[in-house]
Amino acid sequence: MSEAIDTTPQEASSTPAMPPIRTYQPEDVAKVALDAHFGPARPEIFQADAILPYFARMREEAPLHYTADSDFGAYWSVTRYEDIMAIDTDHETFSSEGGITVGTPDDDFRLPMFIAMDPPRHDEQRKVVSPVVGPRNLAAMESTIRERAGDILDSLPRGETFNWVDLVSIEQTTQMLATLFDFPWEDRSKLTRWSDVATAAPGTLVANEEERRAELLECLEYFVGLWNERVNLPEPGNDLISMLAHGEATKNMEPMEYLGNLILLIVGGNDTTRNTISASVLALNENPDQFAKLRANPGLIPNMVSETIRWQTPLAHMRRTANRDVEMHGQTIKKGDKVVMWYVSGNRDPEQFENPNAYLIDRPNARQHMAFGFGLHRCMGNRLAELQLKVVWEEILKRFDKIEVVGEAERSYSSFVRGYTNLPVRLPA
Amino acid sequence: MPRIIFIEHDGTEHEIEAQSGLSLMNAAVDNLVPGIDADCGGECSCATCHVVVRDAWMAKVGKPNDREESMLDLNPERQDNSRLSCQVAVSDELDGLTVDVPEFQM
Repeated sequence: MSEAIDTTPQEASSTPAMPPIRTYQPEDVAKVALDAHFGPARPEIFQADAILPYFARMREEAPLHYTADSDFGAYWSVTRYEDIMAIDTDHETFSSEGGITVGTPDDDFRLPMFIAMDPPRHDEQRKVVSPVVGPRNLAAMESTIRERAGDILDSLPRGETFNWVDLVSIEQTTQMLATLFDFPWEDRSKLTRWSDVATAAPGTLVANEEERRAELLECLEYFVGLWNERVNLPEPGNDLISMLAHGEATKNMEPMEYLGNLILLIVGGNDTTRNTISASVLALNENPDQFAKLRANPGLIPNMVSETIRWQTPLAHMRRTANRDVEMHGQTIKKGDKVVMWYVSGNRDPEQFENPNAYLIDRPNARQHMAFGFGLHRCMGNRLAELQLKVVWEEILKRFDKIEVVGEAERSYSSFVRGYTNLPVRLPA
Repeated sequence: MPRIIFIEHDGTEHEIEAQSGLSLMNAAVDNLVPGIDADCGGECSCATCHVVVRDAWMAKVGKPNDREESMLDLNPERQDNSRLSCQVAVSDELDGLTVDVPEFQM
């Protein structure tokens, strides 16, 4: 029998120096020297939506590129579809244990989570929770998702400007997440907050790293309460917390590992789908011919969803650490080096996708996008993400002929989460 | 050319002629057999070309290798006779092979 968790959060002894918040200064990308001082992991370029031309040059001229110094330390960048596929599918050479984003985890605030583990532990923990997003379970949930999407869309203001991110994307995905966790409904906005705080750069949503940790420890405390309520119930529930509390591979987790896996499920189940819902509205506005095609043929919705996921790539990268020296493109990745796979670049690789920057809802190979990753760490919730997008659009097309983007989209300050903070739209009165 | 029979979850049969040497996945996709997603295009890296081999054929088709096994293992609905069709090569020996296409790929 597992035991209730008793957590006394450890005091952070010191917090690391935080990188400054920068503003992108437009430059002539063709003239940028792709040397060891250059690196694409610059949140300000992503926020300015100016990153794609850099990746186009890197794919062409420096497909394996080494950055010697950056706010995140030294790292290799891999930008071609084929190379990313090779690395993502070789988990023996390229380990996830050192962390899966370009930054380095802080030793005094380690959050173990199964996305950042290698087999066998990764497989054991993932198996505990994966049935919740299995297709069978999803089929059973579809009518609930549809009902909620309908309610959200019916409550939107008409003839006035509002932020689609807040009123639709966040609401839809947070409700879904609350259901998966069987989380107290009235508190569900906490999930959104924790998701945002978990990936926020200090100096944006939170003033500094200390504040970020404090909020994440509040998250842990809240979830420990739910764990303790559920761990000794005679009939384990079907929710993620009960699954973790009763799962053989997870029931004895340390509190920080519980928090790590929670953050994984919260960010994975929230940010990504949220930002793709927003992206779909933006992409269809920027491409009115595609919007017209979709209205004329709603049967294209599933492929439109895949194309939007490719076009957006809501997680721009994943990172691995080399387990041994590896030769690639005439260079040597040394054992212990960080290797960043830029999915956002692979998804715009003309060798894989014809006319890659075009948004084409009937693109024949849209499903082959790499936004879910490939190999053992392939996104666990991919079918849930697709289902939510599909249902939202089926319900949109029943209701609105037009969703007009009426101002500039504002984007997240991050080279990991490729998302939106504001998307001003208007529905006809 | 060897004949392969794919049976959908609802019982619909698709009998196709497949070229020897190609993968079972390619044969299915080229012949528009529904229910085989093959998101990674045949790299044994997404597990969305899952099929279940009929008992009688299992000896000829054979077991998955370690890599395929680890991908199949991610699927909570895998069965003893599960294979990823991108890892099964069509041959004359498999003439008449019958596989079930699961209700869902994940």
